[in-house]
Amino acid sequence: MSSYSITEPSPRQKWVAGTMVVLYAVVTLLPLVWIVATGFKSPSDAIAYPPKVIFEPTLEGYVNLFTTRTRMNPEALEAHGPPQTWYDAIVRQYDMVISGPSRFGDRFLNSVIIGFGSTFLSVFLGTLAAYAFSRFKVPLKDDLLFFILSTRMMPPIAVAIPIFLMFRTLGLSDTHLGMILLYTAVNISLAVWLLKGFIDEIPREYEEAALIDGYTRFQAFYKVVLPQAATGIASTAIFCLIFSWNEYAFAVLLTSGTAQTAPPFIPTIIGIGKDWPAVAAGATLFLLPVMIFTILLRKHLLRGITFGAVRK
Amino acid sequence: MSESAMDRIAQATPSGIARRMRGLSDRAIAWIFVAPTIFLLLAINIFPLAWTIRLSLTNYRANRAGAELEWVGLRNYTRILTDRDIWLTMQATAHFLIWTLVLQVVLGFALAYLINKKFRGNDLWTTIIVLPMMLSPAVVGNFWTFLYQPQIGLFNYAVSFFTGIDPSSFSMIGSVDLAPWAIVIVDTWMWTPFVMLICLAGLRSIPGYIYEAAAIDRASPWRQFWTITVPMVLPFLMLAVLFRGIENFKMFDLVVQLTGGGPGSVTELTSINLKREAFEKWRTGYASAYAIILFVTVFGLASIYVKALNKVKER
Repeated sequence: MSSYSITEPSPRQKWVAGTMVVLYAVVTLLPLVWIVATGFKSPSDAIAYPPKVIFEPTLEGYVNLFTTRTRMNPEALEAHGPPQTWYDAIVRQYDMVISGPSRFGDRFLNSVIIGFGSTFLSVFLGTLAAYAFSRFKVPLKDDLLFFILSTRMMPPIAVAIPIFLMFRTLGLSDTHLGMILLYTAVNISLAVWLLKGFIDEIPREYEEAALIDGYTRFQAFYKVVLPQAATGIASTAIFCLIFSWNEYAFAVLLTSGTAQTAPPFIPTIIGIGKDWPAVAAGATLFLLPVMIFTILLRKHLLRGITFGAVRK
Repeated sequence: MSESAMDRIAQATPSGIARRMRGLSDRAIAWIFVAPTIFLLLAINIFPLAWTIRLSLTNYRANRAGAELEWVGLRNYTRILTDRDIWLTMQATAHFLIWTLVLQVVLGFALAYLINKKFRGNDLWTTIIVLPMMLSPAVVGNFWTFLYQPQIGLFNYAVSFFTGIDPSSFSMIGSVDLAPWAIVIVDTWMWTPFVMLICLAGLRSIPGYIYEAAAIDRASPWRQFWTITVPMVLPFLMLAVLFRGIENFKMFDLVVQLTGGGPGSVTELTSINLKREAFEKWRTGYASAYAIILFVTVFGLASIYVKALNKVKER
């Protein structure tokens, strides 16, 4: 028998496995690298054939993404008087062509407001419900929990029509509040289930001790349980945020202007003038926060994703 | 609660509130904590669903809100079930569903098996592989149209680099034969990591002593793989297939941005078709019936599948 135990792979196995996984990872990463690179290309470099790996980086894509100016060439801009904004200054300095007004800044801000708003609300309500389900005798507990989970199976399109009509009646269509409530409703099933798992793991004895010390139920909840559940709450929040950040179907059906988030907007940049670097710049800026989250919090994320599988 | 009682609570000192809260029974607290969630779900999930069912029995059109509502009974349902075009979108959906599941299961399991060999740096590479599934499907789909461009796209360039085929001779999203595969490729790129993670959880749940016992019985590694690894991971794998199946049955954002259902309607999956009926042709009643049929189909297939899954788990 070799010096390796049966469950420990041999160095050769490890080497082969490692090489194959790295190969797959590199192929996976390539489209993402291409998005980021295209964002820094000039429009002609972006459509060059064969694809340009070495190119002179430019901020033109990013400027066109944020500019609110109409289509303008360098001469027209010169006639426009002194630069008024940071992108005016950059455009002047590098003799760029502005391809049209863009509303990316507003849409990105909407994504932030709606994403964080609905995340806060779903985690807040989800924590309360999860605590109640974890600690108290709620009548019909199992049925309620299953009901909460089953709402997640509903295809968005199946409820989109009446939500569209309902929001129109209530004056909620194309508002931040409407979208926050909607995304909260979609996220809350996940939040309750994930958080219930985390709170179940906190020993009841902690609270009982606090109650004996004269704390009320509420005090025990926010002084003892909440701090213990902090990591669970944080990873649940990230899942909710990723969902509402990336959601497209409801956003495209229920918003048109004021409350439109970035996912329905980014594809329309292309309609403005096939400006691939601007599309790539928008995609990069939009994908970046989630990529950073994923890398920083990978341990929690992996746990959250496999949670359903491990529990069942 | 009366007005004056509310006032008294509002004016009370924090300790006063605390004393009152102590008065609340656990049961009352439980309801206060659960009620907002249930209320929100009723308002934004169940009520709209009931409304969809009601609309599905009418000829309502949302762009003509003033028109009189006419009850048509089950006519919308019979029309959908006998419509040849809808069966074509069902076929497109089935093609998409079957191939993405096959590819994601094979690739996902293989990757999980390899990562479980615990080579150096596997954590880093796993994180890289997982990245695509965290991104916005609509934005990803939109960007892949760029990668798929025949003249300038990275995908065609890579294919021609390895096979020598002229890159401008084929268009992944412009050709009727290739477009269904174009969406399968992107979905597989995006979601294989999900299957991989669940398989990895399954692999890590197998206790090492089972393999040790098998080795003492002189079972070959091949035999160990088929009699221990595969059966132990199977319930996890089936669960991954369930999640991916439900998601891909209602697939919308990725495909809308990638092909928009085209060319012609070869990639028009059911939910894209449904969106066209509801929000472009404004046949609200008809589309509602369509939505209910899809919902019932997902639920029916999912519950049959869950029964099978439970049988596998019992073994």
